[in-house]
Amino acid sequence: MAITLPPLPYDVAALEPHLTKENLELHYGKHHNAYVVNLNKFIEEGKADGSKSLDEIIQASSAGPVFNNAAQIWNHTFYWSCMKPKGGGEPKGALADAIVRDFGSFAGFKEKFTNASVSQFGSGWGWLVWENGKLAVTSSGNADLPMKHGQVALLTCDVWEHAYYPTYKNLRPKYVEVFLANLVNWDFVTKNLGLAQK
Amino acid sequence: MSETNKIYTLPKLEYDYKDLAPYMSEEQLQIHHGKHHQAYVDGANGILQKLDKARKENADLDLKSTLKELSFNIGGHLMHSLFWGNLAPEGKGGGAKPGGRLAEVLTKEFGSVERFTKEFTQAAVSTEGSGWAALTYCKLTARPIIMQVEKHNANVYPMFTILMVVDVFEHAYYIDYKNDRAKFVDAFFHIANWNAVNIRLERLLDACS
Ligand SMILES: [Fe+2]
Ligand SMILES: [Fe+2]
Repeated sequence: MAITLPPLPYDVAALEPHLTKENLELHYGKHHNAYVVNLNKFIEEGKADGSKSLDEIIQASSAGPVFNNAAQIWNHTFYWSCMKPKGGGEPKGALADAIVRDFGSFAGFKEKFTNASVSQFGSGWGWLVWENGKLAVTSSGNADLPMKHGQVALLTCDVWEHAYYPTYKNLRPKYVEVFLANLVNWDFVTKNLGLAQK
Repeated sequence: MSETNKIYTLPKLEYDYKDLAPYMSEEQLQIHHGKHHQAYVDGANGILQKLDKARKENADLDLKSTLKELSFNIGGHLMHSLFWGNLAPEGKGGGAKPGGRLAEVLTKEFGSVERFTKEFTQAAVSTEGSGWAALTYCKLTARPIIMQVEKHNANVYPMFTILMVVDVFEHAYYIDYKNDRAKFVDAFFHIANWNAVNIRLERLLDACS
């Protein structure tokens, strides 16, 4: 069974001006789509098992083209849900409490998440994860993702240059700042925390 | 590439920002050299100063993370310096074909210059995430060997001399080619300065003999 490109949860122009329409058109329509096309080619060639779910394909594969494309499909689908128009600000409720418990304050979390995302060498992802009953901030290189490290992903910021270049060019710190201030969908992150704690 | 005052400096280009167009636009080259390369120079110098300071104060440092960061930044500086040096405006050193001993060495190893170009292109296009394709020379085996570098500093062959590099970080081509890395690598060959690459090789071979 072929893997399909999941629909974007909002219009390509919906995150303007924080991420431009062109930025999303390329990121979703070219990059995310290319990973789907590549993985389907591997399934056709018998290099990946199309009868399995995306998560199962990721868990069953080790470093290499199948893993890279499958994991990047997962990462991007998750990333789109981590954002929404008029997002950002601060979370409330259980997530806010957990952030204070594990990072001291929301500002403490923000600083950690920003550092991890900005200082990831080359291409990769900044993450808020659930690990051993606690929140933690991590980063991963290229396609790597929390599920391969026994962690549950709660929030991610794509810091491949293609994620922000059309809007911010080389200014990754500015992009990460805007991501937290104006784009994060804290409802989605809160929902992920609830599932992780079950 | 000589460094003064015990810090790194951004090298001047031997051509104007607009001279590599249309293969590399003025905006693309300006931001790449003036912002990205500059950031690696500043990054490396900042860490050297941090090391100096810690030693002076006899303070402890997280050496693992500091040296990782230093490797990334020094790698970034040196790779970009090599890159600018093996580019030239088309028709003014760029494009043409490999000549001299470079052509001999490539033909002997790869069978033909075309076969080398094909392998080098494949290495560049398939680099995982951000990185570089490089042509290196191994003195032990007297072979030119292609090196596929991830980031600026992974998968490097120690001690091999680098003759030519092409940057395949997304920042190297996103303004001009968006997601189409292969198109950028094709364009690279229009501005590849084979004479500069040949000079790097001759300098190395002369030092060996
Ligand atoms: Fe991406
Ligand atoms: Fe670069």
